[in-house]
Amino acid sequence: MTSDLAGNGTAAGSTEAKVTIRGLTKSFGPVLALTDIDLDLHENEFVSVVGTSGCGKSTLLSIIAGLTERTEGSVRVDGAEVTGPGRDRGVVFQGSTLLPWLSALDNVKFALQDEPIAAAERTAIAREHLSLVGLDGFEDSYPAQLSGGMQQRVALARSLSYRPGILLMDEPFGALDALTRREMQALLIRVWEKHRLTVMMITHDIEEAIITSDRVIVMSRRPGTIRAELPVPLERPRRPEMNADPVFRDLFSTVLGMVHEPAPIP
Amino acid sequence: MANSVLVASPQSLPGSRRRRRVGEKISRRTYAISSIGTFVVLFALWALVTLSGFVSPLFLPSPVAVAERLVTQIQNGQLASDAATSVYRIGAGFLLATVAAIPIGIGIGTSRRIEAALEPLVDFVRYMPVVAFVPLTILWVGIGDGQKFLIIFLGTFFQQVLLIADAVRQVPRPLIDLGETLGLSNAQILRRIVLRSAAPRIWDALRITLGWAWTWLVVAELVAATSGLGYRITLGQRYFQTDTIILYVIILGIFGLITDQVMRFIGRRVFRYERISR
Repeated sequence: MTSDLAGNGTAAGSTEAKVTIRGLTKSFGPVLALTDIDLDLHENEFVSVVGTSGCGKSTLLSIIAGLTERTEGSVRVDGAEVTGPGRDRGVVFQGSTLLPWLSALDNVKFALQDEPIAAAERTAIAREHLSLVGLDGFEDSYPAQLSGGMQQRVALARSLSYRPGILLMDEPFGALDALTRREMQALLIRVWEKHRLTVMMITHDIEEAIITSDRVIVMSRRPGTIRAELPVPLERPRRPEMNADPVFRDLFSTVLGMVHEPAPIP
Repeated sequence: MANSVLVASPQSLPGSRRRRRVGEKISRRTYAISSIGTFVVLFALWALVTLSGFVSPLFLPSPVAVAERLVTQIQNGQLASDAATSVYRIGAGFLLATVAAIPIGIGIGTSRRIEAALEPLVDFVRYMPVVAFVPLTILWVGIGDGQKFLIIFLGTFFQQVLLIADAVRQVPRPLIDLGETLGLSNAQILRRIVLRSAAPRIWDALRITLGWAWTWLVVAELVAATSGLGYRITLGQRYFQTDTIILYVIILGIFGLITDQVMRFIGRRVFRYERISR
């Protein structure tokens, strides 16, 4: 596959997207959580999924991650049907999933321990990724000594360290205060511009979705369906000030309207 | 400098006593003085009622009588051999129970199938009075060390299983999800995440059940034994040596306290990360 070198946008010469979802349905007992989801995630594309709470957006991510079984439909990653979790899909979870008995550095190294590389190299990779998320000097800190934002940075560093082709983020900054969240968004943009990979981020923060993404997916209320896929016509590299751009404001009101619109009665 | 007036702490306000708050922190020194104070007061009361002749020495011997008994018991070597016997029994019985309880507790905590098969049974058995098993255990294995091990085992094993299963169940689900997305096998998740995460709680379970094990040891030794701390208490009863009884009860208390403190200390050292904060 030469498509790895194709850079951002749709993988050139590839007939299928990085992630292909067709006719996906998920029900929990009698409750229909997701219905008829068709979605493509392209190589090195940053996609956000927004929707009200309970619309099934986290379930969608969990299904792609392989942590939740689907009821119907197909989810393919690199052409292969998803049957469970795997190292090709890194996940940043909503709450802290750092191991409290390990230092920040060891938490990152935890993801690398089965890689067939020398121990020194493992440490070097872990350091490099902590540095990438701006945590130089915090290598030996334990999770309990880090703020919520810093903990999520370690989690991000851990997910990037083993180079999964796809990064799935489930409201990664949802538990952070507004100021820290802005910082984290800027950091995420910086990191992604540097190390492009396919990202799907679940969020309820529309600004966050627009400022970070190439495409925003709007989901309807339960049962979750895809209401719209909106490309974000802002140039890269993105800057936080772009939220004052008219293009941004227009898109923001469009998404906001769609999120709150009641589902059409079938 | 000018704003130092504004940040003056409430303590320094003249004439007003600072209000004590619920659960307020106190210094280590105040803590130690209060703890020792309670013991001193109790000891003084004991000395007062016995040495004044208010209570007959037959019912409650004086601290002096108990101290004298302590000296005799050390000199004739009985105390050392009683203690050694009991420590050996509790060590072996507790170890047997723990070695069996850890895998079973982990099994119940991680597998619904094992939980369904074993937990109701364990729950049922643990409510059976261990004391009532003493005659049966004598019938089964005699009055030797085996019977002591068995009683300690019956008294601690079932409790340990449930406590360990609970500790394992408390491992946050997202940590297991993380392990799966990192491509770890179930065995690796169990070893690297579940056990490590549950370890502090499992250690606590062992510390608490070790305390109970002392009780079961004495129960076993009181009923049928030819040696041990509990046996010496039975002899004390037979010969109206209340000073021996009091002495050994105090020694048992001290032994229990020491094991608990040692377990706590080890737990704090090994799981130091649990006590750090920003």
